[in-house]
Amino acid sequence: MIRVEGLTRRYGSTPAVDGVSFHVGAGELLALVGASGSGKTTTLKMINRLVEPDAGRVVVEGRDALSLPPHLLRRGIGYVFQGVGLFPHLSVADNVAVPLALLGWPRERARRRVLELLDLVELEPALAARYPAALSGGQQQRVGVARALAASPRVMLLDEPFAALDPLTRDRLQQSFDRLRRQLALAAVFVTHDVAEAVALADRIGVMRAGRLVQIGRPRELASRPADDEVARLLDTPRRQARLVAERLGADR
Amino acid sequence: MTGPLALLPEYLSAHVRLTLAALAAGVALAVPVGVLVSRVRSLEPVVLGLAGVIQTVPALALLAVMVPLLSSLGLPGIGVLPALLGLVLYSLLPVLRNTVTGLHGVDPAVIEAARALGMTGRQQLLQVELPLALPVVVAGIRTATVWTVGLATLSTPVGAPSLGNYIFGGLQTRDPASVLVGCAAAAALALGLDLLVSAVASGVARHRPALAAGGGLGVLALGLWAWTAGGAGTGARPVRVGAKTFTEQYVLAEILAGTVRQTGRPVEALTSLGSTVAFDALARGQIDAYVDYTGTLWTTLMGRTEAAGMSRQEVLAEVRRWLLRRHGIVVAAVLGFENAYCFAVRDDAARDLGLRRLGDLAPLAPRLTLASDYEFFLRGEWRSVERAYGLVFRERRSMDPSLLYDAIAARQVDVVTAYSSDARIDALKLVVLEDDRHAIPPYDAVVLVGPRLAREAKDVLAALGRLEGRIDVQRMRALSREVDARHRSPAAAAADFLQAARAVPPRDAGAAAPAPAR
Repeated sequence: MIRVEGLTRRYGSTPAVDGVSFHVGAGELLALVGASGSGKTTTLKMINRLVEPDAGRVVVEGRDALSLPPHLLRRGIGYVFQGVGLFPHLSVADNVAVPLALLGWPRERARRRVLELLDLVELEPALAARYPAALSGGQQQRVGVARALAASPRVMLLDEPFAALDPLTRDRLQQSFDRLRRQLALAAVFVTHDVAEAVALADRIGVMRAGRLVQIGRPRELASRPADDEVARLLDTPRRQARLVAERLGADR
Repeated sequence: MTGPLALLPEYLSAHVRLTLAALAAGVALAVPVGVLVSRVRSLEPVVLGLAGVIQTVPALALLAVMVPLLSSLGLPGIGVLPALLGLVLYSLLPVLRNTVTGLHGVDPAVIEAARALGMTGRQQLLQVELPLALPVVVAGIRTATVWTVGLATLSTPVGAPSLGNYIFGGLQTRDPASVLVGCAAAAALALGLDLLVSAVASGVARHRPALAAGGGLGVLALGLWAWTAGGAGTGARPVRVGAKTFTEQYVLAEILAGTVRQTGRPVEALTSLGSTVAFDALARGQIDAYVDYTGTLWTTLMGRTEAAGMSRQEVLAEVRRWLLRRHGIVVAAVLGFENAYCFAVRDDAARDLGLRRLGDLAPLAPRLTLASDYEFFLRGEWRSVERAYGLVFRERRSMDPSLLYDAIAARQVDVVTAYSSDARIDALKLVVLEDDRHAIPPYDAVVLVGPRLAREAKDVLAALGRLEGRIDVQRMRALSREVDARHRSPAAAAADFLQAARAVPPRDAGAAAPAPAR
């Protein structure tokens, strides 16, 4: 569904992304992990051309991403990011309906689809008339997901979508999303710096460092056969944290 | 309604038309330019700088400079056009600046979402960025609204009627009630319009379409009223009578208007015009008649300085020939009085210093202060006086003509340039110094008729011709006094004159030549 070949982007003379290649199949979720500045977000944004690549190729659903105008490419790809970016001057229903309006759906059909989507992301239909400012952070991000899914894309890009949420809300949203993407068989690329989140949600994990894809594989493969010490340490962090948490909670008991 | 209020619908509707048209044009221009600037950041300092420079030009000067500018382009230099252009330029900056600020202030996350959802640049701008920048843009429009309502009062001197007619006319005729009406009406209009625009803004911001629509409809209704109330007059084009900015001119304009009205034609008065604005307007057919003075035409338009030894008739004959040949303008009547520039001092000063003639001033001038109106020191007469008498004053001050007499009465200045037909010369016991070397030309008041009217309306020409020799200097002073001292309207003073004139049969035109030279 998503094929990336030799993707490269330079800012000045330093490459932000350097010859990255991978493939994501239908129904599969690839998590890109790595430190800040490792190039994971830039890689993601080159898939829907929010950032134009200097070299390399992106193929989405069998079509070269450069073969069509960027705005048409983007209408077929769901995009969710930490900033959410709900339109403050539009109601929840109108926000979710934006992709449908761009595709020229009639109002009544769009209205029914919006209710369907709110149900899908587990939001009360009564919220439809509210404005974004009146929602909690978790509700806002659910609306963001509903909007990204409105036009039934088969490909989703997610850039740290849950990073700004409190732990309980994040946990609930992660579970909702995991159910959704399996139900809809989405091909997804998910950028996160939270290795635990990546392990919990991803079919495969790609580790990035200094613009390069260092290793890609199933979480268990990465943990058992890491490419180098750093990957090993990275994959070990959730376990280390879990041990620490267990010790502290046990000791206090 | 009586008194000044009778004219309120006319002036207010003209003011509203001017304001709304200028704002509409200003917004229509500034918003797209603001969008462009926000896209091409390198343009920002240039465009905002330019708009800022326009803002620093004094408003009155900006409007005044439109007059020669438009005339040189062959466009109507007086009337609504120069006023409108000036106001549009002035309204640009606040709207432009706020458009740019508003667009820059849109949350980058929202813009990223708009792009990622597949909006084109245009959809992004129209559906997301402009709606979100709207409150800031509207705040700019509110600023522009209040400014424009205030500045529109300055359109009066360039020939566009507005609430400024109350203010300028009231200041010149010492009628504080009139000034007050103009100021109060302008303030009320500014507040009202601001309220309506802010209703639109908060309606949009708080997602209350009814409030926004209410504000919008209010503005629309006001515009509709202004356009129908002031009704671009149907039927025959009225004869337009002009006046400069002092009492005598207001009264004379009303006398001309009343005289033309006797022919059954509709008349419109365009008062408070700048001195040369009035002449240009006449030559270009924007007004049809007004009263000017031979000396003024002689020096400022014909560029002549020497008049020594020439009689009133000789100057008049040359002016008459020049007007007809160069501009097709006809002198319809010579009214019978002069309104000359003259130098006046207090009577005690004249006595103590032994002043009788202008020449007597020469040795004393370095210790004296001379005050005059705005234009005198720029005119040929002053150079001619300077040359003829070798006058060098300690200080020269320019001020509003209506303040000259107060200044000399209060001993703040020693010598003023007065106008010979002004009643206040007698009232304040001023002594006029004799111009024995004839440095200042004669200033016969003449009724000028523009080329089109002179050609097409012989009846009007004939009616105005009957004013020949009918107003001597005593009569003129009496008429001005009615307005300045007794606070009657120029129209009322003129009506008395016309009433009295109708009782007296017109003099034989041949006998109407002005009195021999002094």
